Amino acid sequence: MPSIGETVRNSQIWKSIFRHPMPLDRRNRIVVMLTNFFLHLHPVSIKKQGIALSYTWCMGGVTFFLFLVETVTGVLLMFYYRPTLQWAFTDIQALRDVTSLGILRELHRWGAHAMVITVWLHMYRVFLTGSYKPPREFNWVVGVILLLLTLLLSFTGYLLPWDQLAIWAITVGSNMARATPFLGSEGPGQQLLSIGGIDMITSASDARFGLLGARFVGEETLNRFYVLHCIAIPLAVAMLLAIHFWRVRKDGGISGPL
Amino acid sequence: MHGASLDFVDKASSFLGPYYITMAALNAVVAGVLQFRLQRSGLALGCLIATIAFVILGAFAWSGSLPGLGHNTEHLINSLLSGNRGAVVYTVGTAVGLAVLYWFRRFFVQPVVAYIGFNLVMLLLGLSMTNPNFWEIVAKPDNVPIVMLVLLLGFFTWLATWKAVQNDDRARQGLPPLESLDNEKVLVWPDLVYTELICMVLLTALLLVWAIVLKAPLEEPASAVKTPNPSKAPWYFLGLQEMLVYYDPWMAGVVLPSLVIVGLMAIPYLDFNKEGNGYYTIEKRKFAYLTFQIGFLLLWVTLIVLGTFLRGPNWSFFGPFEYWDPHKVEAQNNVNLSDYFWINLMGASVPRVTSDMGTAESLWMILKREGLGIVLVLGYFLFLPPVLAATVLRPFFIRMGFIRYMVMAILLLFMAALPIKMLLRWTLNLKYIVSIPEYFFNI
Repeated sequence: MPSIGETVRNSQIWKSIFRHPMPLDRRNRIVVMLTNFFLHLHPVSIKKQGIALSYTWCMGGVTFFLFLVETVTGVLLMFYYRPTLQWAFTDIQALRDVTSLGILRELHRWGAHAMVITVWLHMYRVFLTGSYKPPREFNWVVGVILLLLTLLLSFTGYLLPWDQLAIWAITVGSNMARATPFLGSEGPGQQLLSIGGIDMITSASDARFGLLGARFVGEETLNRFYVLHCIAIPLAVAMLLAIHFWRVRKDGGISGPL
Repeated sequence: MHGASLDFVDKASSFLGPYYITMAALNAVVAGVLQFRLQRSGLALGCLIATIAFVILGAFAWSGSLPGLGHNTEHLINSLLSGNRGAVVYTVGTAVGLAVLYWFRRFFVQPVVAYIGFNLVMLLLGLSMTNPNFWEIVAKPDNVPIVMLVLLLGFFTWLATWKAVQNDDRARQGLPPLESLDNEKVLVWPDLVYTELICMVLLTALLLVWAIVLKAPLEEPASAVKTPNPSKAPWYFLGLQEMLVYYDPWMAGVVLPSLVIVGLMAIPYLDFNKEGNGYYTIEKRKFAYLTFQIGFLLLWVTLIVLGTFLRGPNWSFFGPFEYWDPHKVEAQNNVNLSDYFWINLMGASVPRVTSDMGTAESLWMILKREGLGIVLVLGYFLFLPPVLAATVLRPFFIRMGFIRYMVMAILLLFMAALPIKMLLRWTLNLKYIVSIPEYFFNI
């Protein structure tokens, strides 16, 4: 009498999904890495010190995992939340007071803070082990762009609850854009960009306006930040993550003494 | 504020009770490991004493009598770190502290020393949390991540330095770094995928606990007319907001942050040192190491902590136990370099641009007024790099070639521009080196 587990594992359905037996012996442990889509990001074998937690701190992996957590909780939050002046604040309030899975918001917010921290720690580790050195120079550059995008993700998300904390943090942050050289209405060199005595760069056409979609943080900004936060930046991050991981493999795997 | 309210005692004791008990439990586990696994009875006894101390503190805290630092100590710290002087004491103090840790790293990285240090920090944090003003700032939900960041950075900096010190010792004896000892290859299934799985489970649990214990902040609905005081950017940008004290927005908010990103990207192309690839070391890449640590720990993290915990209403500096009084006003008499030059040095009046002047004439006036500052700034960026190339940075110049050397020198000079301006502000009350408000151009 075969056990239920055995019956399942010998069924046509199971075998069509998993192209190999249980990874219990050496051969199948190698095969599983090669035939499974999710596992094939990894190499088949690796130097022991390359996976020592005291060396890697696991911070890159933790950051990626947090990105996945943010994606899942973020999608679920999008079901509840409407990015309009009428609803934004009250939807978040409802998440806190009424909605049964309101804890999603806490998970999303704390996960975001944690992700900023783990990105920094990951870069700190990569620097301290000199892992940006040849042949991994370009992957460090990709990583710096991912750092920037992580900060922008967090920054655009900060506005969405539409409370006092949100709009004033974004106001303070985006006021800087007003001082962009040449392209900000109060930036040095702004006067140079004028035609026939008419300024081209004003508070209704400068870098800050482009960021906010208006002269102050308002509904246009909310919409703009919502789209950036939920679609544009995550797509860019996903794309760069793929390159980042691919390059880790192509540049010789995890770093170690030569 | 005098006499903590009952509400506060309730809140603080329900946090500090579990906090101290957690520390006691940690010490008990460490004592057990030391006694039974490592056979280090002396150290185990020390941990046992720490366990008992934390249990006693926890019992006190739980019962509602909160052991704190005492009014005199809190007052002393406040008076040291207060007013305009506060920023100086804090920043210079942190710099000196980090320098001491670096200089005596062989002593501080020893696990016993580091562990005692960790316990003392946690004790100090616990004692400080009994002050309502301190609590008010540190326990703000969005500030909790910064406390975690500081603790995590402390831990990982210790770990990395400990390994680097060991590797540097080994290198002196002609031995390879620790990282090359375990060259054996293992299969990713199960060795790595299981580690990843455990990490994911632990992290999920941690996030869930964090989300249950700490509510996400939600303040009043947004209002464009009610400006909160202080208005702060998200915490990871507070280092930049703190730079606004010393530089105008176009520098602190646009040029310097852009250069941080560009500079980070440039690191692998500027660092020609082939040593120290794939293992922890300090000795073999001292220049790169120190530059990075000054940039990250001192100019980035330290300023974030300053901007978050010590800057209150009107961006005034407040001691950690000080009440954030919105009416506290600090007299700031900052003077432009052009004022110093024309009034104090030349005994003349500052050249003025008047409304009846044409463009050329007013430009000439500005040039005359700010001449010294312009020469100094241009000299800083154009004159210093070649001078450094001929003297202290000569080996770099030879190895790097003209373009790479110039890029590095300019980036380093921009990085140094922040501490330089800080020092000028603290010592000379200098406001702007070049001040051309007519064109929004102030440095």
